[in-house]
Amino acid sequence: MIEVRLHGRGGQGAVTSAELLALAAINQGNYAQAFPSFGPERRGAPVVAFCRIDDKPIRTRAAIYQPDMVLVLDPSILRLVKVTSGLKDDGILVTNTKYSGDELKKELGITHPIATVNATKIAMEELGLPITNTTMLGSLLKAREVVPFDSLIAPLKRRFGRIADKNIKVFTRAYQETLLTR
Amino acid sequence: MGERVGIEVSLAAAEAVKMANVDVIAAYPITPQTHIVEHLSELVADGELDAEFIPVESEHSAMSVCCGSSAVGARTFTCTSSQGLALMNEIVFIAASLRLPIVMILANRSMSGPLSIWNDHTDVMSIRDCGWIQVFTENGQEVFDHVMFAFRVAESASVSLPIIINLDGFVLTHVIEPIEFWDDETVKKYLPDFKPVNQLHPDNPVTMGAFGLPSIFTEAKKAQNEALIQAKPEILKAWKEMGDLVGRHYQPVETYHAEGSETVFLTMGSFGETVSVAVDELRNQGKSVGQIKLRLWRPFPFDEFREAVRGIKRIIVLDRAVSFGGPGGPVASEIRSVLYQEENMPTITNFLCGFAGRDVTAQDYIAMYEQAEQMAQGRVRQEDYIIYGVRE
Repeated sequence: MIEVRLHGRGGQGAVTSAELLALAAINQGNYAQAFPSFGPERRGAPVVAFCRIDDKPIRTRAAIYQPDMVLVLDPSILRLVKVTSGLKDDGILVTNTKYSGDELKKELGITHPIATVNATKIAMEELGLPITNTTMLGSLLKAREVVPFDSLIAPLKRRFGRIADKNIKVFTRAYQETLLTR
Repeated sequence: MGERVGIEVSLAAAEAVKMANVDVIAAYPITPQTHIVEHLSELVADGELDAEFIPVESEHSAMSVCCGSSAVGARTFTCTSSQGLALMNEIVFIAASLRLPIVMILANRSMSGPLSIWNDHTDVMSIRDCGWIQVFTENGQEVFDHVMFAFRVAESASVSLPIIINLDGFVLTHVIEPIEFWDDETVKKYLPDFKPVNQLHPDNPVTMGAFGLPSIFTEAKKAQNEALIQAKPEILKAWKEMGDLVGRHYQPVETYHAEGSETVFLTMGSFGETVSVAVDELRNQGKSVGQIKLRLWRPFPFDEFREAVRGIKRIIVLDRAVSFGGPGGPVASEIRSVLYQEENMPTITNFLCGFAGRDVTAQDYIAMYEQAEQMAQGRVRQEDYIIYGVRE
């Protein structure tokens, strides 16, 4: 089982990211759960969402405390929340940032591998909005192919309709531009 | 069979209600039930579901509308949670006594105060004795299946009683997971048209819910109790036929490694799945542990329950509500009562946990098991119970 914890701010689409990831896995015939950190949604406040993926039915009905992957949509979260909390020793932090993996490791004292991408820049260039949820999915898959890259295309198309192409573009660009720092 | 789709459990529940070809939906939105009624409202507005969606001003009115529409012979659905259930309370009792086969999904949530929108079983336990058939579900698939089951059982001529499908708020309602839909042909095979036993109709006037003098009230209650008890054969038949059609076999009491185990957890609802993970872990450690899941809460499956616990030494009963000032949780107190006259009655250890959205992990259940083992060294009295995980 692969467990992913997503950090973002209310309104940035962390829950949508978790959902798209789960749908991709389910369409592949696998099992998945996607769920928000339960409660009232508050735009702008730090939020958490979760996604589990497995090749057999998933029975655990609890939050994820020891994720295999942590995905951070908003760089400002890194200084507010200890995003690596519980991250497994061999887990990967994937984050939106304008800094390099080495710079972040040094500044935040992180020992885990970090996958970095300037998702805000990509999203502004392609979507004209600082919404990075679909962008960061590309980055996540580059760091570890928890579902095949192509399996995300159908859920993206279905979810975004006439703006699907732009979202597929940011997803693809992030995949190409993500750098992994061990 | 139908398509396997990734979908939020609430939306799947609404789609199941649509596939059951419901006639009337009356509901008021309340967290965490909201997505179910929102989606039904959309389906009606978009012309995908030919039904009356009646947007009432309160849950009291919702249940009142449901009584009216069910009485004229319309297939009727409602959905609520917590305070909403409390507000419809008086009509909930009336629906059962009038033998109106309304189907309600109860997205379980704590009762305020302090104000909380999160999941536990305080709401359903507050209406334990309302006279409805009550079932619990562990996952989205079970919710989908039990919508079909509920209409089928409630409306069958030998039952004609309302039914509550309990699903845990947020823990299930807000999760996206794979669910196998039924195809229309299977629904048609399983769920006949609603033919009411008694019907309000201008051509054939009848009175429902008339004044009950002391000279008749006792008899009315005895008849109502018999009706609920006698619903069981139809409940079993409906599960059997569903198993034959879709390959998922439900039972009033389901077990997981219970036979031959010394200790079992007793669970109701979605926490049962996490407990199964803990049971696997404990068995890997060589512990003699299993699990009993109570799916049918009313009518209580006495025979199946006693059969399931035969030979078991300890039952760890998990309660998701408090009977304040009473003997622990409402489920444990009921289980003690059910087993009181049994020979070799198992020890009941009662943990109250998961109140108002407090997460309970597999590790927590393992800790409860270990604590129950320690308690076994002393003498556990009937009224002993532990509210698990209190921060002190």
